[in-house]
Amino acid sequence: MTIPAIHIEQVHKRFGSLTALNGINLTINQGEFFGLLGPNGAGKSTLINILAGLLKPTQGRASVMGHDVVNDYQAARMNLGVVPQELVFDPFFNVREMLRFQAGYFGRGKENDAWVDEVIENLGLTDKAHTNMRKLSGGMKRRALIAQALAHKPPVIVLDEPTAGVDVELRQIMWGFIKKLNAEGHTIILTTHYLEEAEMLCQRVAMMKQGEIVALDTTTNLLNKLAGKNLRLKLNAALPTTLLPLLKNGENGVYTLALSELSEVEYVMSELRKAKLNIDDMQLFEADLEDVFMSLVGENVSAK
Amino acid sequence: MNLNKLINSTPVGRMDIGSWRGSYTLFKKEILRFWRVAFQTIASPVLTALLYLLIFSHVLESHVEVYKGVPYSAFLIPGLIMMSLLQNAFANSSSSLVQSKVMGNIIFILLTPLTYLQFFSAFLAAAIVRGLMVGLAIYLMTIWFVDLQLEQPVWILTFAFLGSALLGTFGIIAGIWADKFDQMAAFQNFVIMPLTFLSGVFYSIHSLPPFWQTVSHFNPFFYMIDGFRYGFFGKSDISPWISLCVVAAFLFGLAWLALKMLKSGYKLRG
Repeated sequence: MTIPAIHIEQVHKRFGSLTALNGINLTINQGEFFGLLGPNGAGKSTLINILAGLLKPTQGRASVMGHDVVNDYQAARMNLGVVPQELVFDPFFNVREMLRFQAGYFGRGKENDAWVDEVIENLGLTDKAHTNMRKLSGGMKRRALIAQALAHKPPVIVLDEPTAGVDVELRQIMWGFIKKLNAEGHTIILTTHYLEEAEMLCQRVAMMKQGEIVALDTTTNLLNKLAGKNLRLKLNAALPTTLLPLLKNGENGVYTLALSELSEVEYVMSELRKAKLNIDDMQLFEADLEDVFMSLVGENVSAK
Repeated sequence: MNLNKLINSTPVGRMDIGSWRGSYTLFKKEILRFWRVAFQTIASPVLTALLYLLIFSHVLESHVEVYKGVPYSAFLIPGLIMMSLLQNAFANSSSSLVQSKVMGNIIFILLTPLTYLQFFSAFLAAAIVRGLMVGLAIYLMTIWFVDLQLEQPVWILTFAFLGSALLGTFGIIAGIWADKFDQMAAFQNFVIMPLTFLSGVFYSIHSLPPFWQTVSHFNPFFYMIDGFRYGFFGKSDISPWISLCVVAAFLFGLAWLALKMLKSGYKLRG
């Protein structure tokens, strides 16, 4: 049997009276492109920090490529590359020096320099390789941060909100490279607020809410199961009350109805005919991950 | 499975756990960190020490003779060397740690497989190198002005090494403990400075009133300076063997505390 890239078993994390993680169970297979979604405070970063050894679980266990993150932390960390959320950097060194140091901390020497150069090139950092970290723009610092996580060529790569405040060009460069790494066999774990990104990239997603996983499935299944179709109608009068259970939102005579299946369109049409309403405009579109997300964690997002 | 083959073909494997290359890299980075700003980290303390020498020896040369036959300026130099060495060893580990904590870049070290012992050794070794470099630079500058004996070089090297190790360790503890630069500045101004100034850098504690002599015996810095001075003149306020024992005991005590803090992840890992 193949060893999973990540295995998390009944992980709890409490900070005093606050429960940040409440019994997380999760297995991520090697080679997966996995998305970890959830509103702020859902516990995504806490979970990642436990994998990275920055936090110790209060209860439960986690492993990276079969190595326990507490008892066998050296081997676990060798196999893991983490791109932290905050834009942190060491102000004393240039990009290439930083990357070589980073690889060196993992016991890598000169034999690894070619890989460091490959990372630099793939992330469009070649021109900046000799620039001091302090002098880089925000976007370039973000690239350097990604490069640092990859410096020791880990099989499992965790990107914690990597595209927060990042421009379109960098996103494309970054995703191009990350997809390439994934195709080569690296396991990618992504936390993001940008649901369209997760939808586009991830084969499987877990949605977290208040320290628990509330949904875990392939992106396609989640979309099929929970999202269905959306029907947007522009009417010349108020929506018939019989259709209110389907209503997702409605403003200024434009109503969006959530349909669990396509055949429901018939029902909507017949109700509209019964009420003798005119349809000014009508649009049918696929629901996206955001709809799934909202239906699962919606109240909480709006409460924040 | 194809995927597995791909992953296993990447040069990841397992790190040779006993490998000290990671620790050596961290040491090298710490050396380069202060060397890049050598003007501030080496030249500036050397200049300060020379100014002390100029002023104090000018004012006190004809008034004070601490040890028979030893001019005051010669007496002063080992004290100044040791004072600067200690302060700079402390500054190196403490400022590096507090800075990377405030900047957040300490995470790059925490994410690695480095053990707490490797972490400690790298920071300590860099602090020792900085302390010894500053000490050596002051020595090389001052021998042009003052004729300095070197009675027992082994004692000089022993105390220089132990002193910088002690303060380097103390710097690691302070760096882990402090969350902000002003906490570190307070530590430096209210702990390190008084301890160095009240340790006999500028005088022999025998010239102090009995009460302050007793107080000085509780100051570990006194033993480091006294033992170091013994190496130059073959004379000291107390036996260098006693100083050696006291300094070694403090070093072991602080190293134990620092390692305990690092092992538990105090203020570094939650």
